[in-house]
Amino acid sequence: MTFFGLVRIAVRAFSRHRLRALLTALGIIIGVGAFVTMVAIGRGASEKVNSQIASMGTNMLVVFGGSSNMGGARGGMGSSASSLTDSDADAIRTTCDTVKYAAPMINSQAQIVWNGSNWASSITGTTPEYLAIRSWNVQRGAFFGQRDVEAGNKVCVLGQTVVDQVFGGDDPIGQFIRVRTLSCQVLGVMARKGQNQMGQDQDDVVLMPLNTVRRKLFNMGGAAASSVSRILLSANSASDTKRASAQVEALLRQRHHTVEGDPEAPSVRDLTEFAEMAQETTRTMTLLLAGIAAVSLVVGGIGIMNIMLVSVTERTREIGIRMAVGAKGKHVLVQFLLEAILLTLAGGLVGMGLGTGAAKLFSDIMEWPTELGWQSYSIGFSFSMVVGVVFGFYPAWRASRLDPIEALRYE
Amino acid sequence: MVARERREAGAASGPTAVASSDALIVVRNFTKDYVMGDFTVNALRGVSLEIGRAEFVAVMGPSGSGKSTFMHLIGCLDRPTTGDYLIDGVNVASLDADERAEIRNNKIGFVFQGFNLLARTSALENVELPLAYAGVPTRERRERSEAALEAVGLSDRAGHLPNQLSGGQQQRVAIARALVSGAPLLLADEPTGNLDSKTSDEVMGILVRMNEERGITIVLVTHEMDIAEYASRVVVFRDGKIETDRLNQNRRRPAGMPPVAAVPVVQTKARA
Ligand SMILES: Nc1ncnc2c1ncn2[C@@H]1O[C@H](COP(=O)(O)OP(=O)(O)OP(=O)(O)O)[C@@H](O)[C@H]1O
Ligand SMILES: [Mg+2]
Repeated sequence: MTFFGLVRIAVRAFSRHRLRALLTALGIIIGVGAFVTMVAIGRGASEKVNSQIASMGTNMLVVFGGSSNMGGARGGMGSSASSLTDSDADAIRTTCDTVKYAAPMINSQAQIVWNGSNWASSITGTTPEYLAIRSWNVQRGAFFGQRDVEAGNKVCVLGQTVVDQVFGGDDPIGQFIRVRTLSCQVLGVMARKGQNQMGQDQDDVVLMPLNTVRRKLFNMGGAAASSVSRILLSANSASDTKRASAQVEALLRQRHHTVEGDPEAPSVRDLTEFAEMAQETTRTMTLLLAGIAAVSLVVGGIGIMNIMLVSVTERTREIGIRMAVGAKGKHVLVQFLLEAILLTLAGGLVGMGLGTGAAKLFSDIMEWPTELGWQSYSIGFSFSMVVGVVFGFYPAWRASRLDPIEALRYE
Repeated sequence: MVARERREAGAASGPTAVASSDALIVVRNFTKDYVMGDFTVNALRGVSLEIGRAEFVAVMGPSGSGKSTFMHLIGCLDRPTTGDYLIDGVNVASLDADERAEIRNNKIGFVFQGFNLLARTSALENVELPLAYAGVPTRERRERSEAALEAVGLSDRAGHLPNQLSGGQQQRVAIARALVSGAPLLLADEPTGNLDSKTSDEVMGILVRMNEERGITIVLVTHEMDIAEYASRVVVFRDGKIETDRLNQNRRRPAGMPPVAAVPVVQTKARA
C-alpha cells in the first residue's frame, strides 16, 4: 500500500460518514482552537505587562513619605504633603552610590484652560531627572531645565492627552495655558506613553518645574515650600535595585530619626519587584489557559479513540477481506492510525484557523492585545498530531490484531 | 501449458515433515475443534489429502460436514487444532501471522460465496488489492489488474462499484482478484451459491479455462452435482472426514469450449 493509497482509503471512509467525521474532529477543532486563542491572549497579556513595565521607568524605585506631622503642610495640598523634602533627594543622590537619578516630585489635580477649552488634568511638579528615570522622551519642543526648577519659572510640558483635549489640531508650543490661576508657557510635548498597569492614562498630565507647582500654583510657604510627595529613583542597574532600596531606607531613617517599622518613616518601594510579580502572574495565566486548552485536546482525543473503535468494529469485514488477500497486521495498523492522524490534523488545521479568528475577534471586542506566534501554531499542529497517534493507536492496534477468519465471518 | 516441474518439498521440514511430493497441497491429519463453552464441535476429525498442481477438485458433502472449515485451513485463514500442512513446499505450521499473510497474498486466491468485494471501491481497485499489499508499483499494478479483468471478460466494467454490478459480474471481479497475483492455488467456497444456473455456468467456464490455460489448481466447494461435474476430482466430506475421493471420468465441458482433448491432469498418488 502506498501512502497515497492509504490516504485515499481514509478519505473514502470519512466521506461515508461526513457528519460523524466532523463531530469527531470537533473535539480537536475546539481543543486546538482554544489553545491558539488562549496562548494568543496570554502572550498578549504578558506583552502588555512588559510594555507597561518598560513605560514605568528604568530600574525604578519610589520613596513615599511617611504620614507627616509637619504642621500646616496639609493645607491645600491634600495627600501630597509628606515628610520628604528636596534635601532628601539631594542626600540620596550624593550618598547612595547605587542610585543614578533622584527626582523629587509633587502631584495634584488642576483645571487647564486654553482659548475656551477646559480640561481637568493631573499636574506633576518635578525636576529634569524625571525624564531619565521614567525613560520618557520629549516628542516636540523642549523640557524645562534645572534653572526653571530653581527659579520657579511659569513653564510646562504637556502629555499627549492634554494636547489632544485642549488644543485639538493646534500647535501648543509657545502658547500660554492657564493652570488654575497660573498662566504658563508650553515648552514641549511628551511622547505618547499609554496606560499604566492600573489602567491610568499616563499621557493625561502636565509636567511643571517643582518649585513652580509648590510656590506659584499652590502658594505653599514655610516648611511645606520644600516638601515633596515622592522621590523617584533610578538604580544603576536592575541588579542594584535591592541594594539601592536598602541604602536609601537606611539613609532616610537616619535623616528622619526613625527606626525600622515606624509608620512615619519614609518607605522605599522597588517597582522592579512589582514588575516581576506582574510577569509571574501573566506567565501563570498563560500556563493556566494553555492547560485548559490541553485538557480539551485530551477530551477531543478520547472522542477520536471512541469513534475509531466504532469504525474498526463497523469495518471488521473490510479488515477481514484485506487480510484474506494478504494485508499484514502492520498494513491494517498503519491504515487506521493514518485515518486517526488525518482526522486530528484536519481538525487541528481548522482549529488553528478558528483560533486565529477568535483571537482577532477577542482583541477587537475586548480591546485586549493578542499575540499570535508561529510557536502556538506549531505546538497546536504537533499536539493534534500527537493526539491522533496516541488515541488512534489503540483502535488501530485492535484492528491489526483481528483474526482473519473471525473478521471475515463478522456480520 | 501446465508446468510439471517436480519439487523436492517437505523433506527437510523437520520431524513432522510430510513425504516429498510434487503435490501443491499436502494435508496430513487435519483436525479442527471449536470449543463453545461446555462442549466442543469437532468440525474436522482427521483429514489427509494431497492435491497436485493443475488439479481441479470439487469438495462436496452435507451441510456442517466441515467443507468450509477445511477450505479456511488450506487457505491459511485459520489454523488447525492438529495436523500438518505443506503448500508449495512451505510448512505452514511454522509460519507466523505475517508469513501466513504473505502466503495468502502470493500463493492463494480466495473466492467466496458472498463475493466479499470492498464496497464503494471500483472493480479495478478491488482487483488491485492483493498487488497493493505485495508492494507492486502503481503502474504495473494497474496493468496486471486490467489484464485480470480482461481475462474474466470485465474490461468494460473496471470503473464500476460492486453495487453497480450483477452477482455474476461481482463474482468474476472476485475471480480476477484471486488470479491477479499469479497465485498457483484458487480456493472457491460455493462460488456459484448465490448465482442462477446460467451465470453459474459462465463463472465455471472461467474457472475451467484458468485451470486449463494457466495450470491453476482449483479447489471448489459446491452442493450442486452439475457444478462438481466440471472438476477432475470429487472429494466428499461427511462428519469432518473424507468419505469418498474419486476421479471424475466424464467431466462436463463449459458451453463454447472444446471437449476434453489432451487436458493434462497431474495425478496424485493413490488415496486412502
Ligand atoms: N466459528 C465456529 N464456531 C463454532 N463452530 C463452528 C464454527 N465454524 C464452523 N463450526 C461448526 O463446524 C462444523 C463444520 O462447519 P463448516 O462451516 O465447515 O461446514 P460446511 O461443510 O461448510 O457446511 P455448509 O455446507 O453449510 O457450508 C459445523 O458443525 C459448524 O457448526
Ligand atoms: Mg460452508
